[in-house]
Amino acid sequence: MKFGDILLSAVRGVTANKLRSILTMLGVLIGVGAVILLMAVGNGSAQRVNSLITSLGTNTLTIRPSGTGSTPITLAVSDQLNKAGLGDVKSVVPESTTSLTVSSTNASESGVSIIGTSADYFTVSTASVASGSAFTAADVASAAKVAVIGSTLATELYPSGSALGQSITVSGTPFTVVGILATQSSTGFNDPNSVVVAPVTRVQRSFTGFGALSSLLAESKTTAGVAAAQGELGVELNQLLHVSAATAASAASSSATSGAAGTGGFGRFLRGATGGGTAASALGAASSSSTLPYTITNASTLLSTAEASATSFTVLLAAVAAISLLVGGIGVTNVMLVTVTERTREIGIRKALGATRGAILGQFLAEAAILTLLGGILGVVAAVFAAQFQINGTQPVLIGYSIPLALGVSVAIGVFFGVYPAGRAATMRPIQALRSI
Amino acid sequence: MSTPLAGGSGSVLELRGIHQIYGTGDAQVHALRGIDLSVAAGEYLAIMGPSGSGKSTLMNLLGCLDVASSGTYMLAGNDVNELDEKELARVRNREIGFIFQSFNLVPRMTALQNTELPLAYGGVRYAERKRRALEALEMVNLTNRADHRPQQLSGGQQQRVAIARALVTNPTLLLADEPTGNLDSESTHEILAIFDQLAAQGRTIVIITHEENVGERAHRVVNVKDGLITSDHLNRERVLAR
Repeated sequence: MKFGDILLSAVRGVTANKLRSILTMLGVLIGVGAVILLMAVGNGSAQRVNSLITSLGTNTLTIRPSGTGSTPITLAVSDQLNKAGLGDVKSVVPESTTSLTVSSTNASESGVSIIGTSADYFTVSTASVASGSAFTAADVASAAKVAVIGSTLATELYPSGSALGQSITVSGTPFTVVGILATQSSTGFNDPNSVVVAPVTRVQRSFTGFGALSSLLAESKTTAGVAAAQGELGVELNQLLHVSAATAASAASSSATSGAAGTGGFGRFLRGATGGGTAASALGAASSSSTLPYTITNASTLLSTAEASATSFTVLLAAVAAISLLVGGIGVTNVMLVTVTERTREIGIRKALGATRGAILGQFLAEAAILTLLGGILGVVAAVFAAQFQINGTQPVLIGYSIPLALGVSVAIGVFFGVYPAGRAATMRPIQALRSI
Repeated sequence: MSTPLAGGSGSVLELRGIHQIYGTGDAQVHALRGIDLSVAAGEYLAIMGPSGSGKSTLMNLLGCLDVASSGTYMLAGNDVNELDEKELARVRNREIGFIFQSFNLVPRMTALQNTELPLAYGGVRYAERKRRALEALEMVNLTNRADHRPQQLSGGQQQRVAIARALVTNPTLLLADEPTGNLDSESTHEILAIFDQLAAQGRTIVIITHEENVGERAHRVVNVKDGLITSDHLNRERVLAR
């Protein structure tokens, strides 16, 4: 019997009971579709996290006090780091953050992040001024009551006109809005578009006091130089903060092994959330041991951590989806068993007419393969269609290899699960098959 | 259609000391107890007997649907007991044309496709298949129903398709199991007329039946009872009429 004949009789078998075939295909469709779509969702969320981390600035390093040092990281430390002339560090800016109520004549917002910093903040961080201008070094020197505010905050405080040049009151202190930040995508718990950025001197004087800063942001000259910049900053900070040589040495050796956050991870996580800094701390990766009075993090360490977790997330989703594919495959076996039983007499007739075992086996295997292949193709179509839409805020990104993989697996499952019913059909003795009704 | 060997020039099938035993122990059934039978090419033979006589068992053996417990069965020069599964399939395909009581057409396939089926299993090319199937349908006068499905045909028409399907491979032996058992008298008459015509063309036909009116149309009648042949005689009237 020719291959075409086997295929033709298989097609006839599939179309003999259309509803049953469609329901079987639906099972495979859901399985294949789920594998492709969930892998796409995993991939999409991984890409989203990556782009968020990249948007933090791959050249940016965050220095945060770890709470163990006797010497606090003050504004003076920030200035000295800037003056030290570190080869790979472009600039260092202070961050003194707090959370306060901001009001205008129209409205009032509570819990707004107040960031006190220097004029270089708008180049070092990813925040950039969209309209108006940034405050200047002179404003910082004179502790001027000027502020650059986030876009969301601007429209909330001045819903019917530009906030530029208007006055806002932060916890009783009036500020003049000189600039509005460009809209940023959210990177953590805090809305980066609901902030007030003001000269650090003014923020310290009015709100946070002249003690320790919340953090420092540093920018390396090149992306490749991030690690070198981190090293230089560490050496300089050890000197400025009077870290003993022994602590520095032991921290250096342990920092080689502790890439991710140690014991202080959760504490930093919370501080990062309330302090309103970057999301770097919220994602919690530290590059230094907690015995040092500070931790330095950079986007690339975050990126690798995030990539690792995204990969396991995708694998998890694929595993869950694979179960539904398996269930679909079992559905194929079930239907093929019913089909074989139902068509026992037909098998007997075909055998009496000279069908070999191979021909019967081929016919039923081809039927199972057609069911799964068609179901699989429809599943691919459904998954590709569904991937056009956002799912729970994530835009799925299809993984190229997932399509042939899911399709191949579904056909393999069809053939695998079809072997048993087809084998039963093929080994049936013709007289017994003919005797059945 | 090639003409089979002239009658009496040699046996196309030969059974020697055939025993068929089913089951074991107390449930053992001795269905055939030593059958010797020889059928020459061109013979029109009826095997008759009441139900339980073993004639259906005999039919299954003759059709290579089952293998005897002991004894030898030679069909067109093949020792059937010696054949493996694949060779048995080939023998069923090439040497035997089956006609069943319940027609046994494959549903969902047209008369033409049903007729083509043995040729498909024989590996005949598509064009050749169609030509030969149409030829076979013409022999049973059903070319006008070629694209009808079994459920669209009457019982008599379905049996005629089955005969066309049995003829299409030009087999050594036409084997019919109660071919008129499910038919009304008019269709029975039609089908028996076709058998007469095929016998006249020199085909070897074996009919298994318990109906006297069917048996008496054959040239030779073999009676079976309790697994043994009780009589084997020529139907002189029919042979002379030939």
